[in-house]
Amino acid sequence: MALAVQTKGLTRVFDAKRKFLRRRKPENGEPAGPVTALDGVDLEIRDGELFGLLGPNGAGKTTLIKILCTLLLPTSGEAFVAGYDVTKDPFPIRTKINMVSGGETSGYGLLTTRENIWMFSQFYGVPSKVAKPKIDELLHTFGLWDKRDSKVRVLSSGQRQKMNMIRGFVTDPDILFLDEPTLGLDVNASRVIREYVMNWVRGQKGKTVLLTTHYMMEADDMCDRLAIINNGRILAVDTPGNLKRRLKKDTTFRLEVDPLKDTSPLKGIAGVKNFSETSDGGGSVLKLTFILEEESAVSDIMSEVVRQGSKIHYLHKSEPTLEDVFISMVGRSLE
Amino acid sequence: MNPTISRHWRSFKWAAWLGWQIESNWTRPSLFAIYSVIKPIASAFILVLMYVAFAFIGKIDDPALFNFVYVGNAFFIFVGNTLFGTFQVIQQDREWYQTLRYTYISPISYYTYIVGRATTKVVVAAFAVLITLGFGVGFLQIRLVLALGDLPLFVAAFLLGILTLVGIGVCLAALSFLTARHVHGLAEGIPGLFYLFCGILFPLSILPQWAQFVGRALPLTYWFEITRRLVLPPEYQIDTGIVGDPLTMLGLLAVSAAAFFVLSIGMFRWMEYLARKAGKLDMTTSY
Repeated sequence: MALAVQTKGLTRVFDAKRKFLRRRKPENGEPAGPVTALDGVDLEIRDGELFGLLGPNGAGKTTLIKILCTLLLPTSGEAFVAGYDVTKDPFPIRTKINMVSGGETSGYGLLTTRENIWMFSQFYGVPSKVAKPKIDELLHTFGLWDKRDSKVRVLSSGQRQKMNMIRGFVTDPDILFLDEPTLGLDVNASRVIREYVMNWVRGQKGKTVLLTTHYMMEADDMCDRLAIINNGRILAVDTPGNLKRRLKKDTTFRLEVDPLKDTSPLKGIAGVKNFSETSDGGGSVLKLTFILEEESAVSDIMSEVVRQGSKIHYLHKSEPTLEDVFISMVGRSLE
Repeated sequence: MNPTISRHWRSFKWAAWLGWQIESNWTRPSLFAIYSVIKPIASAFILVLMYVAFAFIGKIDDPALFNFVYVGNAFFIFVGNTLFGTFQVIQQDREWYQTLRYTYISPISYYTYIVGRATTKVVVAAFAVLITLGFGVGFLQIRLVLALGDLPLFVAAFLLGILTLVGIGVCLAALSFLTARHVHGLAEGIPGLFYLFCGILFPLSILPQWAQFVGRALPLTYWFEITRRLVLPPEYQIDTGIVGDPLTMLGLLAVSAAAFFVLSIGMFRWMEYLARKAGKLDMTTSY
């Protein structure tokens, strides 16, 4: 099967210290040294696939999308989109792709919603007689019909995000990059977008979507295959079902306890493969998820919790989720 | 149509359309029309005040000098508008509208897109120049004469002057791929340098030798010189210290327009490459 996207040893390092015209000291929060955003990524996405990239913030998802969209050059390695090299042949790639980033409020505020989308369709050379009815159809689908003649400056951020989704679909690209498309949207809008994306890919031949998300449910529901990425490295690539089956021989336990003084002893308990911890309820409750190679380890975990003077509020054995797959590989949760 | 030409035409056409919407769509058409007339007239009054101040301090009352200053400043509107407009395309799209990444990854020529946006500025500036000159002729005793036989030379000089400006503008706009902090300084500073050294407000001959040398090295100096020689009557011509016939100066302008066109393509590609390499194409800053 033909490949829509292929990367070979793709690496991207950001040199935080080099600045244009002068050198300056890193400001608060800026890394002092080089940051490796992608570290030898090998990936193959087939034509017609809805492929997910699942990872926490800062894992390298957006960097990968930027390289594939020809916005950013790799430091080393190769990347091909629709068979073209992103470094040497960016222009043929641009005729075949589009991209939408979630959580953005981009758009020309002085244009109406319809004008904004229409203008971008003209950049792609879509004839007006094709673009205009398609825009109207998409405005209905995404619930923006009432705002079609409103200036973009008066749209809410969620409405702007929907407008940008329409901008992505109106050009009918062969390969669509969706970078956290439902970020910040309400439940209903997210559902509409997810359903539209799935129907768009599966309802016609030769359409490919690369979707980045840190919502495991989104990845699980939508994707044919997905890659788990952390710290710029691809940890696993498979279907959601196969990834979860990797944990079938392991057991997942979820606990809610009073905050512990020290969680490090939990890692050393025999039979514990990995675990994650998150605080909830203003820090009054500690949520622990354990991936256990031996189910008997749960008694030692409970003993340790009690030894530290903490109470157990909740204990549940559950079927593995994608998040559990992530925890077993990385040792922390996606959130 | 040839696909490459089609791509450039598409880029130019829709960029110019967008530029016009940004220029004109911020208010009602009637208010925009009033603003477009009042703004250049208000600027003309500033010129009058400047001249009155010069006349009072220098104890001079020379209509030829006033015509020189007025026509120079009227045509300088092209310089300010075109350079500022070209500079700001990348900054506006990247920082204000946050659309640069989507425009950039679309199958257009981003270079031609910038030129298209700049063209809108030239059109808006042309309207302002006409209003300024018309107001000057009607109310400030400005005398303009353009012989029909000189019209081709005037148009050629105008087109080459604008091409040179757009070339300079794209060179500097390309810098804004890499920096946001310095864009406003450059956008205001570079036209300021041209204002000082190209004989806009006062003849080049009154500047120090080194400044005259700088002025003679700048192509816009010749555009303004040709324009004044063609539109001001003989009795209102003053010695600017620039010798040479208009055709020679036109040749210089043609060479500089070609040079800046080539330079702008080189600069654009180089800066675009560096920005893509550094990950700055779609950076957002607080500038």
